[in-house]
Amino acid sequence: MAVVFEKPKSLADIPLHYCPGCPHGIIHRLVAEVIDELGIEGKTIGVAPVGCAVMAYDYFTCDMIEAAHGRAPATATGIKRARPENIVFTYQGDGDLASIGMAETVHSAARNENITVIFVNNAIYGMTGGQMAPTSLPGQVTQTSPYGRDVNHCGWPIKVCEMLSTLEGPEYITRVAVNNVKNVKNAKKAIKKAFENQIAGKGFSLVEVVSACPTNWGMTPQKALEWVESDMLPYYPIGVYKDRSAAKEEK
Amino acid sequence: MAERVLMKGNEAIAEAAIRAGCRHYFGYPITPQTEIAAYMAKKMPKIGGVFLQAESEIASINMVYGAAAAGVRVMTSSSSPGVSLKAEGLSYIAGSDVPALVVNVQRGGPGLGGIQPSQSDYFQATKGGGHGDYRMIVLAPASVQEMASLTIKGFNLADKYLMTSMILADGTIGQMMEPISFEDAEIETYEKPWALTGTNCEREHNVVNSLYLKPDELEVKNFERYERYKIVEENEPMWEEYMMEDAEYCVVAFGIASRVAKNAVAAARAEGIKVGLIRPITLWPFPKKALLAAAEKVKSFICVELSMGQMIEDVKLYTQCKRPVSLCNRCGGMIPSPNEVLEAIRKAQKGEC
Amino acid sequence: MKTTQILIAGFGGQGILFAGKFLAYKGLLEEQQVSWLPSYGPEMRGGTANCNVILSDTPVGSPIITAPDVLIAMNLPSLQKYVDTVVPGGQIYVDSALIDEKVARTDVEVFYIPATQMAKDNGIATLANMIIVGHLLQNNPELSFEGTDTVVEKLVPPKKAALVELNKKALTLGKEYK
Repeated sequence: MAVVFEKPKSLADIPLHYCPGCPHGIIHRLVAEVIDELGIEGKTIGVAPVGCAVMAYDYFTCDMIEAAHGRAPATATGIKRARPENIVFTYQGDGDLASIGMAETVHSAARNENITVIFVNNAIYGMTGGQMAPTSLPGQVTQTSPYGRDVNHCGWPIKVCEMLSTLEGPEYITRVAVNNVKNVKNAKKAIKKAFENQIAGKGFSLVEVVSACPTNWGMTPQKALEWVESDMLPYYPIGVYKDRSAAKEEK
Repeated sequence: MAERVLMKGNEAIAEAAIRAGCRHYFGYPITPQTEIAAYMAKKMPKIGGVFLQAESEIASINMVYGAAAAGVRVMTSSSSPGVSLKAEGLSYIAGSDVPALVVNVQRGGPGLGGIQPSQSDYFQATKGGGHGDYRMIVLAPASVQEMASLTIKGFNLADKYLMTSMILADGTIGQMMEPISFEDAEIETYEKPWALTGTNCEREHNVVNSLYLKPDELEVKNFERYERYKIVEENEPMWEEYMMEDAEYCVVAFGIASRVAKNAVAAARAEGIKVGLIRPITLWPFPKKALLAAAEKVKSFICVELSMGQMIEDVKLYTQCKRPVSLCNRCGGMIPSPNEVLEAIRKAQKGEC
Repeated sequence: MKTTQILIAGFGGQGILFAGKFLAYKGLLEEQQVSWLPSYGPEMRGGTANCNVILSDTPVGSPIITAPDVLIAMNLPSLQKYVDTVVPGGQIYVDSALIDEKVARTDVEVFYIPATQMAKDNGIATLANMIIVGHLLQNNPELSFEGTDTVVEKLVPPKKAALVELNKKALTLGKEYK
């Protein structure tokens, strides 16, 4: 019997711990497929965050390190500076990247650190049980914004791609989603480009993946994907926010 | 003998680190240790090394964590408030069992404190600072020459025991110049099969990690780590004894305080007081045996510190309170004069402590 | 056993630290034990600066000087601050171009040198420090003036080679000052 579909080599053959309907599995797979396709499994080093993806080190078969909360870009910087020949990526959530680790995010982007950042934005702190995130939408109900996010009280969501694209430093800043097949395919293209940029020595590439958290949003997986389309994407539009090399070619 | 050169303590650390094979430095500016960063910024690009000024102390220690995990000799340096910020990374580095060298050129605290010399981070360095059960090897240089030799030693010990070596210096030793000669550094090399190098598709993946959600696994990890610490405690304590042969009183001091204390001990000897000095060079592992042996023969101890009295707790602990221990201290950036220490010795002799 | 503790104090910018470095370096070249300890921090930026230099034929204990054998005071606040710390029988060097006050103590030797004025008059305005150092070495045979040329040549960075001769000139002016 012919094998028509198999797990990427870069993904371990063990059950993931994610909740039913959680897109982390899809995003892990996309990253692993890209690593396989680029043939870089043997020289890739991944940096896991603190958050739902904390145990990503068990899932990816490349060398892995578990960073402190928000510090993945700093840890990745240390690795990449020590081993410039290796391919280094971080995999971070919104609380990790855009709240406690914002300084590390901005400065690694400003340095155009030659790393790849996979930023999973699901507008909530998942692992700790559904608290308000820096990307939670205005009015969004969470455990710590039980009456809906009041922007007069706790401020506005941070649009990471828009903000980072104002910097001179980074090479590639893009936002994708994984709520339907077309978006998943495009997400993979963006992730691949983010790794290719690193291989080519172009510098900091960040792919924001608008994701979902059915469990903490209190929705069925299907409803959650609909909510991504109806509420998340209008606030966080899909698109390429910065692509220095493409901009140069146009000129 | 190598040529003697005049060098600042901070620069001696930087030069020694380079000679020890360190090619990666991550740091953030803070007085009074800036010369280390400046030296690295100048030298590293010329020898194929990396100097990177991080956005924060937190980022810099996490860069150290990454580079250490990647298997290279790496260091950062800071001063007291900056080291507080690094506490997170120190705990992760300990929990992940990777080697690193961290320099603390202490200044007065707490809070923003001052910028003058201090030894008030003794607790932070020897008892924790970060969260969780862990230890660091803490080396306390008392001269510019030792700033260099202990830096080299620190790298070797870190690699040997897979832990952080901290150079616990102070503003005085950091800023002062003394003659120093660099003998060929004895670089010990250790295999690092755990390092993140890429699997090359030839081995199982390496994971550098401090997360163990199963309590029994975490307990075992901690037990194992403390077995290693036990070996460090057995093999690595370093100290200097000065005029202890016939001493009836024993001054205990480290770093710059020991320099002042030495003057006072000499002056007291001139007065006929039989006093000696024990200078811990490793603050962790603390030279317990030396202190306990001294407790068997001296009448009392005088602890000289640039703090409100931190090492004194270890002196009492490891002499098992067999003899009285008095404190002669200044803090906030003040340094006791030899006369103040001499007075404390005289008091001890009169049994007034 | 011979130990000389020298405290140099003045404003930032007067070359206080350099004068100390010069003496320490000279000690080093003469195979002595030396230590050099600067004040550091905000005072480096235009406030008061001082530095402690110890030259000894035995290992230096504390590098911090509380009772100097020699005080070089290059401004009034420094003189006032340290005059009483000098050991009896010690020496005090006063830049009398900047300090009008006389030292009241009679148990110390005091040398008044209008160094800043001399430096100005000789076109080496920034080298009053070295004029005083020259005088100090001349007065103290055990420290000795000899060898100063070598120290200057070693200490002045190649980029500032022009300063070599000027430093030598300043030292000589100090040496010959009566």
